Amino acid sequence: MSDALLSASGVTKRYAGIVALQAVSLEVRAGEFAAVIGPNGAGKSTLFDCLTGVQRPDRGQVVFDGRPVDSLKPAARARAGMARTFQRIELFGGMTVLDHLLVADRARTRRGGLLADVLTGSHPSPEELARCAAVLELLGLEQWADRPAESLTLGKGRLVELARALMCEPKLLFLDEPSSGLDRHETDEMGNALQRVQHERGIAVLLIEHDVPLVERLAERISVLDYGELIASGPTEEVLSDQKVRIAYLGATT
Amino acid sequence: MQLLEYAIRGVPTGCVFALLAVGLVLTYKTSGVFNLAFAGQAYVSAIVYYELRKELEWPLVAAGVVSILIVAPLIGLLLERVLFRYLRSAGSMAKLVTSLGLLIAIPEIAKLVFGSETRKNPPPLWWVRRTDEWLWPEGATFVLDAGQIATMASTLIVVVGLVVLFRFTNLGLRMRAVVESPRLAELSGVDSERVSMAAWMLSSVLAGLAGVLVAPLFASLNPFDLFTLLVAALAATVFGGLTSIPLTFLGGILLGVLQAVLAGTLPTDSVLTNGLRPSLPFVVLFLLLLFRPGLRSTRELADPLATVDAPPPPPVVRARPPWVATGARAFGTVAALIAFLVSWFVLDQYWLGLAISGLILSVTMMSLIVVVGMGGMLSLCQAALAAIGAFALAQVVQATGVPVVVGLVAGVLIAAAVGALLAVPVVRLDGVYLALATLAFALMFQSIFVPLSWVSGGAVPISVPRPVVGPLDLSDDRYFLVFVIVCATATALVVIRLREGTTGRFLQALQTSDVAAASIGINGPRARVVAFTIAAGIAGFGGGLTAIDLGQASYEASFPYLIGLVWVALLVSAGARSIQAAVMSGLFFFLFPALLDKLFALPGNWVESNPDAPSWVASIANAVQPTWAQSVAFILFGIGAITYAKHPEGSIEAQTTASINALVRRVEARNGDREQAPVGAGVGPGAGGSTP
Ligand SMILES: Nc1ncnc2c1ncn2[C@@H]1O[C@H](COP(=O)(O)OP(=O)(O)O)[C@@H](O)[C@H]1O
Ligand SMILES: [Mg+2]
Repeated sequence: MSDALLSASGVTKRYAGIVALQAVSLEVRAGEFAAVIGPNGAGKSTLFDCLTGVQRPDRGQVVFDGRPVDSLKPAARARAGMARTFQRIELFGGMTVLDHLLVADRARTRRGGLLADVLTGSHPSPEELARCAAVLELLGLEQWADRPAESLTLGKGRLVELARALMCEPKLLFLDEPSSGLDRHETDEMGNALQRVQHERGIAVLLIEHDVPLVERLAERISVLDYGELIASGPTEEVLSDQKVRIAYLGATT
Repeated sequence: MQLLEYAIRGVPTGCVFALLAVGLVLTYKTSGVFNLAFAGQAYVSAIVYYELRKELEWPLVAAGVVSILIVAPLIGLLLERVLFRYLRSAGSMAKLVTSLGLLIAIPEIAKLVFGSETRKNPPPLWWVRRTDEWLWPEGATFVLDAGQIATMASTLIVVVGLVVLFRFTNLGLRMRAVVESPRLAELSGVDSERVSMAAWMLSSVLAGLAGVLVAPLFASLNPFDLFTLLVAALAATVFGGLTSIPLTFLGGILLGVLQAVLAGTLPTDSVLTNGLRPSLPFVVLFLLLLFRPGLRSTRELADPLATVDAPPPPPVVRARPPWVATGARAFGTVAALIAFLVSWFVLDQYWLGLAISGLILSVTMMSLIVVVGMGGMLSLCQAALAAIGAFALAQVVQATGVPVVVGLVAGVLIAAAVGALLAVPVVRLDGVYLALATLAFALMFQSIFVPLSWVSGGAVPISVPRPVVGPLDLSDDRYFLVFVIVCATATALVVIRLREGTTGRFLQALQTSDVAAASIGINGPRARVVAFTIAAGIAGFGGGLTAIDLGQASYEASFPYLIGLVWVALLVSAGARSIQAAVMSGLFFFLFPALLDKLFALPGNWVESNPDAPSWVASIANAVQPTWAQSVAFILFGIGAITYAKHPEGSIEAQTTASINALVRRVEARNGDREQAPVGAGVGPGAGGSTP
């Protein structure tokens, strides 16, 4: 319990009639790469929403970095060290890739503000640009920095979301199906990027993913959701060979 | 028992509210448009009915049928065919701005067509006049007049009819399906074109019916009263959650009853009563928006199949070479300098005055840049905030005798403070609800605060002298022009800095993806409150300058809430984020009607100086009415707003971008010929992709 970075217990969420999450408990340790898998509609995105504060669970507690965060809004949880990407990509309109990173950096450092804007114009400082450049390089986005993010392919867009999340210097990164909608090549690229992030930054990651090979390659531990319930959880190989999981998720018959 | 009698007295008024509110709900349910232009449509039918009954003396049934069952649905059909069919998948903001444009344009078009003379005593849609002459001839204690009976009967019929339509008929079901998802509906065999036309015709009939029925409530027919009544009825619409017809009906009745009970029980002649009675619906509307449970969870209608479409092609973004920015700045400076020299040396008192007023309005318009363009909040109360700035300036100067310039600063601060107080509850609302809440605030301000003497100075506006700043005596208009230019430039610089700085980036992020902005730790409500407050301060600045300009702080002359709506329509259609658009639309608002006025006066002047002018010139001169200039100008302002859906960035902005791109292309082509530069040199991958 004590070494868990994130610990959720008994998280329950109902939407008019359907139970999206039924008493789900989950832990992520600092620096760990964990994954959540489960069929479509199992409640994975809802779980993320409850953990990051976008949705308020009907029951259950979430403790992050040693303190309960149940009353915190998403923005406050982000400042506490949670960052995320979205299943349906959410980029900012009318901003270049570099702008996306800058705005995330400003949100973290809270540099600038009204007076600074009016008096100085709040142009990006060399340190800010250096921090952005480091993340751009890590994800291989340097050559796209000045492009409007909307004009990029989905694969690049997902990398921009990841880069933006990294600029928050999070302790825990929530990634909601970062490979969905990507082709094989882009998925590999995403996998490599995630591996580099994990190695170089040592951030804990909680990944929702459909692509089982990708999960096998990246995750140390897996939790499996089915119809809102946690049906298995443990080291990757163990869980993937579990019979119950194979039936629920992989459609195995025997 | 006394209370019950008061309550019963409120029912007819309640039916008026209910009828208008149900009409709005119907439009919203069947088209997804929160149709402010409902009041304009109602006005047209009311005029037609008036003309047929009073001028042509048609029988009642014929006049009713033509105005309500023929003219009204034709207008609905026209609006659907030429406008709203293209907006089905547009955002709620685009739809709202479009209806705002129509609200401004339709009554003026009607005035051009039917003449703008005052139409006194609109005729009721009923034969008998009063119940005491009809049902209870002797000793009636409770008398209904013809209009009330007709309204109550029609409201009941309409409500029952609509409930039946939506509960039990196929058409009702299909109408709802088409709004929720036109494509899904079509996949299941619904002809969404025809259903949508039917929906617009039906809701337009309701508008017409409401217009004809409600018109006799007023001494004379005019669109402003109808619109104000419609806003009052909005309380019932919100009570029904914008979708439930029975609840809306109930809300309307309750509102009428509440109003009557308060009128009966509160002491007469107290400040509270006098202020509360006319403003009650707006207060209720405001409170409902803030506190009605479930309102914020009613998500904007979004087509679940929208994502099926292929994503729009990525915008072709051309990296602009640096000379463009330099050139634009040089061009802007030269143009501004020429405009200034012309104003100083050429313009006479009249035109100089208009130019000054226009430039001051552009300061107020800049407040809209901050709140609407940057903040994404369609605030409809900037005129009220400007008025607060003006009143505060006038009161502070009158009470303490400080210099006017100090009063101006006080006005800014007080307007900003009021804006902050208003913003805290209001910024939590999204889209349409925020627009309605600010509209409710504008009307509360107008009906409660403007009459108070500690706010406006009472019936006679407080006068504000032109100050002397250093060596310049601003009572000379040319020096005042310089002062206003300095003020406008300073405001523009602040707005630009905010737009390009951290504040603007955060707001941009929030506007385009609220969840993503929160996920990186941006505190949305706080950023919005800040934007709203700054905008309020800028509006107060504009208002204060207006007061100095006119020499008095007058609500009627400068800040009626409807004028504020026109400002919004103008700025948003010109470019809600652009300083250039703010300046142009501010000047345009004052100069354009004046120019039209001169234009329309030409034939008359010519006839006067040439007695033997051809007779057709004389007949043109006779036909021209003095109100034409205003009408034509407002029609164009309104039509401008209608183009918003097509160019959300604004027409001036779109035009500028297009011309700059064309210029860049041409220059690059010429340079390419000369230097034989390699193809695509200096352009990022894909960025120079050929544009069709
Ligand atoms: N905002 C919402 N309102 C109602 N139901 C929802 C909402 N979001 C998700 N659901 C439902 O909750 C269930 C879980 O959805 P989700 O968390 O998106 O699943 P997953 O991400 O595992 O595919 C689904 O049945 C979905 O339809
Ligand atoms: Mg999901």
